[in-house]
Amino acid sequence: MTSSTTTSITITSCAKTFADGTRALEPLDLSIQAGETLVLLGPSGCGKTTLLRIIAGLEAPDRGGRVLFGEEDVTHLPIERRNVGMVFQSYALFPNMTVWDNVAYGLKVRRMDKAAMKQRVEEMLAMMHIDALADRRIDQLSGGQRQRVALARAIAARPRVLLLDEPLTALDAGLRDRLRGEIDALLRSLGITAVYVTHDQAEAMVLGDRIVVMSAGRIAQIGTPRDIYHAPANAFVADFIGTTNRLRHKDATLVFRPEDADLVPPGEGMAQGIIQVVHFLGDRQRVHLHTDDGEAVIVEIGSRRRVAPGQRSGIAVRPEGMVHLSGNAEESAA
Amino acid sequence: MTRKPLFLLQLCFTLAVCLFLMVPVILSVMAGLTANFFVGLSSGLTLRWVEEVWRLYQDTIWRSLGIAMACLAVTTLIGIPAAYVLAMRGGRMARLIEETITLPIAIPGLAIALALILTWGGLREFRMSWLFILVGHVLFTLPFMVRSVLAVMLSINIRQLEEGAASLGASFSRRFLTVVVPNCRPGILAGALMVVTLSIGEFNLTWMLHTPLTKTLPVGLADSYASMRLEIASAYTLVFFVMIVPLLIAMQMAARDRRPRRRIAKDMTS
Repeated sequence: MTSSTTTSITITSCAKTFADGTRALEPLDLSIQAGETLVLLGPSGCGKTTLLRIIAGLEAPDRGGRVLFGEEDVTHLPIERRNVGMVFQSYALFPNMTVWDNVAYGLKVRRMDKAAMKQRVEEMLAMMHIDALADRRIDQLSGGQRQRVALARAIAARPRVLLLDEPLTALDAGLRDRLRGEIDALLRSLGITAVYVTHDQAEAMVLGDRIVVMSAGRIAQIGTPRDIYHAPANAFVADFIGTTNRLRHKDATLVFRPEDADLVPPGEGMAQGIIQVVHFLGDRQRVHLHTDDGEAVIVEIGSRRRVAPGQRSGIAVRPEGMVHLSGNAEESAA
Repeated sequence: MTRKPLFLLQLCFTLAVCLFLMVPVILSVMAGLTANFFVGLSSGLTLRWVEEVWRLYQDTIWRSLGIAMACLAVTTLIGIPAAYVLAMRGGRMARLIEETITLPIAIPGLAIALALILTWGGLREFRMSWLFILVGHVLFTLPFMVRSVLAVMLSINIRQLEEGAASLGASFSRRFLTVVVPNCRPGILAGALMVVTLSIGEFNLTWMLHTPLTKTLPVGLADSYASMRLEIASAYTLVFFVMIVPLLIAMQMAARDRRPRRRIAKDMTS
């Protein structure tokens, strides 16, 4: 299909204070390139959904904040005049309409002519593999089918920005993985500017061209998935994304990922410890150790090695696997 | 097997309660259809009394229906937007307003009527017209419409549905008419039937507010009990039953319509 006329997004000093005085978002700046998929990632209450709702036009930023779509200042436009597509966590499909009418809703609002609308709706349904469900009512659909309808509805009118608010959270694990792959393929083929909110780091890694890690209403780090994983800006990011070990060694604190460490015979390596627990995960094993200095360390090893709790072992870290924090925990790297 | 005697006992009790409730109704209806109630059924069945009621009290029946319809129109026009605002706002202020709207159910109708007369009695034209009764009925029935619509709005998360419609470009009036109202239909229907039924049967308020020229059906009933022969009063009751029973049945059926929608809401949160 032809791609939408998509847009870049610029956010300048947007803060959000709710009526009860809660500060959901500290003043922040962010620019999103046209066609990019940007993921807002963080624990609940970090402000990621508030930021998405400000971009959508469902919330207004505090005085002084500005939202630009390309060159156009949309700060004071309500959502219905921003030409965005949005997928909600609980889908917000209309129970009083069929699947077909749900997908056609945005086109009817735009007064598209009958023939073109029919063609567009059929194209959307086919693209999301739900053509067979066109006449179903929403309460006759499974969770995964609802998700597809919500996506088809959001992109049918070719919005200039697609906004997704934790769209996979309500689904079970297997379906979530499959739909995650489908959303990724969809975003690539549309080439649309997309902002995707999630608290799931695996989702963020797969989908994001860039990831914005958020904490307590601030941006903790912006970067590609690779940057964020291998060069976290601070301790918060390092701990939030993946598992992080910390080991004191000759007056320095070594920070490393479990997959960059190895178990070596006792007496070798950087530290010594006793194996506490071994979790066999099929493709690998996760080994929890207590070092002689009383620190807890997690090491991942190949699945065919034989280790058992109670054994003494050395811990080695590959030199290239050291994580260097570029700042400290308090400093934001926006 | 030991369940059987218990079951029979329960059946007898249920039937006894039914009889206790139904016999007065049946007697009353029969009284309206027998030629002479004091002689009994042997005096023969007749529609004479029903015809007599029609001749004497027809205007009260039409007036009651008219007021009920007007009351429905007003409570729908005020009640749905009111419920919408309460659902969107939430918080303590909304609860307070909801309680205030609900007050007229708890306050005796006579007291409300007296307050209305004290406040508006001076406006003679208004005081003499059926609109005066309509105001009382709206005050009394509005909470039923608001609560019934509000309950549905809260159960389907109307705010998110509306945000969905807005994200697709729909203006406020469009999303209100195509998304909010259709999805509240079960609540609106249940509220509407409640409003009509209550308005037709309302006596307390109306008795205080009416003038000899603005009698409603229940006020007419009281009048006929006091001044007409028993057969006419009973025939009048019969007419009232014929009007109100179909409405009550419709109300039950509307309430049943509401169930499947609940199930969706549950699926979506799990």
